[in-house]
Amino acid sequence: MEAAVKKDFEFEQKLKMVDEMLEKYRGQRGALLQALQEAQGIVGYLPLEVQKKVAEALNITLSEVYSTITFYSFFNLKPRGKYQIRVCLGTACYVKGANKVLDRLEKELGIKVGDTTDDAKFSLDACRCVGACGLAPTIIINDEVYGRLTPDKVPEILQKYE
Amino acid sequence: MDMVTLTIDGQKVEVPKGSTVLEAAHKANIKIPTLCFLKGINEIGACRMCVVEVKGARALQASCVLPVSEGMEVITNSPAVRESRKVTLELLLSDHNLECPTCVRNLNCELQKLSEELGIKSIRYPGEKHAPRYDDFSPSIVRDASKCILCRRCVSVCHKVQGVGVISPNHRGFNTVIAPVFDLSLAEVACVNCGQCIMACPVGALKEKDDTDKVWQALADPEKHVIVQTAPAIRVSLGEEFGEGRGAIVTKKLPAALRRLGFDKVFDTDFSADLTIMEEGTEFLERLQNGGKLPLITSCSPGWIKFCEHYYPELLENLSTCKSPQQMFGAIAKTYYAQKMGIDPSKIFVVSIMPCTAKKFEAQRPEMNSSGYQDVDVALTTRELSRMLKEAGIDVSKLPDEEFDDPLGISTGAGAIFGATGGVMEAALRTVYEVVTGKELTNIEFTQVRGVEGIKEATIDVGGTKVNVAVAHGLSNARKVLDRVKSGEANYHFIEIMCCPGGCVGGGGQPILSSEERWDTDYREVRGNAIYEVDRSMKLRKSHENPAVQTLYKEFLGKPLSEKSHHLLHTHYTKRPLYPEV
Repeated sequence: MEAAVKKDFEFEQKLKMVDEMLEKYRGQRGALLQALQEAQGIVGYLPLEVQKKVAEALNITLSEVYSTITFYSFFNLKPRGKYQIRVCLGTACYVKGANKVLDRLEKELGIKVGDTTDDAKFSLDACRCVGACGLAPTIIINDEVYGRLTPDKVPEILQKYE
Repeated sequence: MDMVTLTIDGQKVEVPKGSTVLEAAHKANIKIPTLCFLKGINEIGACRMCVVEVKGARALQASCVLPVSEGMEVITNSPAVRESRKVTLELLLSDHNLECPTCVRNLNCELQKLSEELGIKSIRYPGEKHAPRYDDFSPSIVRDASKCILCRRCVSVCHKVQGVGVISPNHRGFNTVIAPVFDLSLAEVACVNCGQCIMACPVGALKEKDDTDKVWQALADPEKHVIVQTAPAIRVSLGEEFGEGRGAIVTKKLPAALRRLGFDKVFDTDFSADLTIMEEGTEFLERLQNGGKLPLITSCSPGWIKFCEHYYPELLENLSTCKSPQQMFGAIAKTYYAQKMGIDPSKIFVVSIMPCTAKKFEAQRPEMNSSGYQDVDVALTTRELSRMLKEAGIDVSKLPDEEFDDPLGISTGAGAIFGATGGVMEAALRTVYEVVTGKELTNIEFTQVRGVEGIKEATIDVGGTKVNVAVAHGLSNARKVLDRVKSGEANYHFIEIMCCPGGCVGGGGQPILSSEERWDTDYREVRGNAIYEVDRSMKLRKSHENPAVQTLYKEFLGKPLSEKSHHLLHTHYTKRPLYPEV
């Protein structure tokens, strides 16, 4: 119960920060991507409450906001884990077996792409080219890049994260 | 104007600078196939059907978004162009639900027509299909993503023309789906049910909720007294479905057709439109004279009403409390008419034929039952009626002229013009003027409020009182007027708002024109002109002169805004949320 109250309080605080952030974009429909990126930076994901704030501040429809969020794989509709794993499925990585790495990650974590582990430690996403084709196949965990992967290297990497 | 000369297929064409190659070809009567293109609404170069070869360009160009330039040489019909179009079309078809014979748009489908015209004989790309998504939770509009070609014409209409914007392309690539946020149903978001998306759809991905079975069942039930009302706009549009020209007037064919379908009585919404004027005109005068809430805004258009409830709840008190003519008709049918005829109202089944999908939502509003029974049992669109008639083998163009039944089929020209933008305002002014001044209005045509311009304003002298009126049609125009009311910038006394561009003649339940035909024909103007012709041909043209309405007041209601009127003919509105809950 207490934990839930604390969580709600933190969420409300973050929404207030989003409001403050949006002030500089008020009425500017062209600022949608920046606004969403900053909002996600504050809240960690983009729930309906945040989408409504962005729509109202920029004076665009909620539908346009949602459409944009779902177009870009960088934006999240659900809360993400402490460690966000992104598996590159760009052409080079794909050819080098990225899908096998992804399969192994799903197996090790017990979740599917787009989901988060129950303990909120890891979330797993696919993304397009990260610009490190020479290291294919690659994954990124938060800001750390891992290259030339094979499925068998996956457990070892995951162990590094507490 | 700066002109540019270019060559298309060896033919010199001169067009204004800034035109597109597609426009230039259109001017020269050179046909370039299109699919996502809807003139003035969706010009985004998405579907690549309109590609052409341009001398000096590396790749084929989408002509709908390619500006002309001086000396440009365009070829619209080369082997490369034809092959590209075919590949594009086959790829679209490879992910299309090809149930054409059972599709509501069979024989009126732009994708089907294009396949025929481009000579597609087989589809070379069998492959994965979209996950089917079917949304029929809305009482008005059904979405079938298995037929969607992602042209975005519906999205553009919803956002730009209607200023509603509840559908967008969601997700990406193969997973793209045109849907409301969080892939909710249209019934769960602030959709106003106008059906303009259906009018824009080139295929069968958007359609009205089909209620024809309910009507067939009622007609076959000997226990039921099934009566029908036809909206003003139907008489200038139903003929189109039977090979008559756009806007052909079929007023007298309607009773003949509906009788042959088996309706016990054939009545006219024009009657209750006259009744609406009596109530709403009186309401306006009362608000004007007693310092009531102004401007008064009309309440006939259910798409507009739902829009106001979602987007402008602060103006709900400005709405006329009058029910729409459709609902007034039902309430009178199940009380006055039932008593007069000695029929148990529970046995009366009221069907309405409407140019409108939002009327379906309005008919099932829970508050629309002041007689103790739901005012209207089923609202059908013009298209649904046309389908029923075809199924019964009734060809409207071959029927004799017949008359509507008494007493709810008697009407005036004022009732008829409800079907065009500005019509309710004009009808109200005809009556209000005579009530206030006690003098006969000699020139009854208020041409200032007619026509397809988005917003019309006028100041009318009503017996020394200057009445400022505004008329808006299409909800993005309504927004402009309402924002000016909210800011205090405008000082209107009376506003007419119609949800659909052109008013009801352009309603979302009307016959659907292809993009190609819409480019050449302003169907709203054509049908609107026909409505005014209907008015001119009527002996009586003022609502208060309708003898059946006069009798109704004498025998039953007393006077406008009487207690009985309030109970049966007036309603209230509900604030609705702008955003869904998820």
